[in-house]
This record gives sequence, C-alpha cells and structure tokens, in this order.
Amino acid sequence: MRAVVSLFAGVLFGIGLIVADMTNPAKVQNFLDIAGTWDPSLMFVMGGAILVTMPSFMYLKKQEKPLFGEDFGWPSRTDLDLKLVTGSAIFGLGWGLGGFCPGPALTALPSIGTGTFLFVMSMLAGIWASNLQDTRNANLGKVQY
Amino acid sequence: METAFTPVSALIGGGLIGLATVILMAGNGRIAGISSIVGHLLPPLKDRFALPQSAFFVVGLLLALPVYKFATGAVPPHVMTDNAVVLVVAGLLVGYGAARGSGCTSGHGVCGISRLSARSIVATLTFMGAGVVAVFLLRHVFGG
Repeated sequence: MRAVVSLFAGVLFGIGLIVADMTNPAKVQNFLDIAGTWDPSLMFVMGGAILVTMPSFMYLKKQEKPLFGEDFGWPSRTDLDLKLVTGSAIFGLGWGLGGFCPGPALTALPSIGTGTFLFVMSMLAGIWASNLQDTRNANLGKVQY
Repeated sequence: METAFTPVSALIGGGLIGLATVILMAGNGRIAGISSIVGHLLPPLKDRFALPQSAFFVVGLLLALPVYKFATGAVPPHVMTDNAVVLVVAGLLVGYGAARGSGCTSGHGVCGISRLSARSIVATLTFMGAGVVAVFLLRHVFGG
C-alpha cells in the first residue's frame, strides 16, 4: 500500500507542476526576473500548495501515526547552520541559471529533450557528490559544513 | 521571453502539489521533498527503508507528463536554453546545492514553510534571492 501511495502522490505532484507550468524553465526564470519580464505566477503556485498543506499538516501533527506507516518522519532540526545557507544559495544560483528545480526537471524528463536530459544527469551527479561528501565527513568524524 | 501571468492555473497546480504532499504524509508519513527523495536513490543507499517508496514516487513523477498528455491531449509549453555548458553547470549547482541545503523548492518551500520551520524559511529566502541574482546576471548583465 505504501508503494501505491508513493506512486499516486508522485503522479499527482507531477501533474500539479505541469498545470502550474513549473516544467517550463522560461516561466520560472520570469518569476525570478524582477528587473525584467517579471511573472509573479509562481507565488500563486507556492501559495496554493501551502494553503492546502499547512492546515493538513497541523491536523496530521496531532495524529499518532500515518495510515500505512510506523511513524511520521517530521524533520526535527531547528538549528540554523552555514551549510543550510550556502547549500540553498548554490541551489538558487543553479535554479535561476537553468530555470529548473529538481521536481519539474524530473517531470519534464519524458519529453525527451536533450537539454532536460543533460540537466537531470548533472543534477543527479550533484546530489551524488553531496552524498559522497556526507559519507566521507561522517567517516572522518568531521563537523558537516 | 515573456510568459503570461496565470494566477488561476498556478493556484490549481499549487493545490494539486499540496494535495500530493498531504497524501504522502498522511499515507506514508514522509515529507515530499524531491531532492531528498532522489538522494535516497543514489549511493551510498544508506536508508534501505526509504528506498522502495522513493523509487515509486520518482516513477510517479516520470509518469505525470505521459498521463497529462494522454488525458488532455495538450503538450505543456517548454522553453529553455540549448547551451549545454549552462545546463550542465545549472544541473550540478541545483543537485549539489539542494542536497547540501537539505532541501529544494518542495521540501523547504512547501513542506517546511507549511510547518513554519525557521530553517526552511531561511533556506527559501536564500534560494529565491540567489535565483533572482542569477537571472539578473544572466539576462541583464551578460545579456544571455
């Protein structure tokens, strides 16, 4: 059942991205282009998503466990560290440069565009590199940054 | 290239994204953060429990476009650069940065803000700010 939930949520998430036109890099870049051809649509995408998610999460937080799982995987960290800020800044630069964040890039992949394929392969390499760095730092007992 | 302001389809699309996020949490108790989900599918594959459901979620994402095309007969618009160097650099930055920053537009921007997480609010403001800077440099300084 967990597999069905994941699969269905993935399809619905992707369709939401398509309906919202987030799979169009030009649309995303125009949202970020406040000095040029600014298109504020993506504010409404985020707003619409939060409007549904926030009250639902508030309700779910009071529940003991999910329908088909042992526990809720609510994130527990509350500290603000440098890694969070530098990572997000690096992500944002790439987001502006390519007009894709991870979800829309994967959703657009079956369109078989060479550009999307190149972007997704590079993105996977980037995530992999970060995984490797985490593993290495953990083995060395180093503080993560 | 200009795009039309589309608040209604944006709200509907956003609502569907929110619904998918809620279904994943209510059903499986997982955060719909795409960069983390993809991270579970790449080495060192240390979270064996998260592996199968992450794979099913990504398969779902990959099925969305074919399902959408089949259901509506429409092909969604798609305009992006064909500069391979820009695409590779952008992809590397997005993947590495989102993983380092523990999340992207979905994990921080939707899930985190909905939980009023200070970490996610800081992350979202940071990547939006950086995105504005990148587009400004790309379009208004270097004239790409």
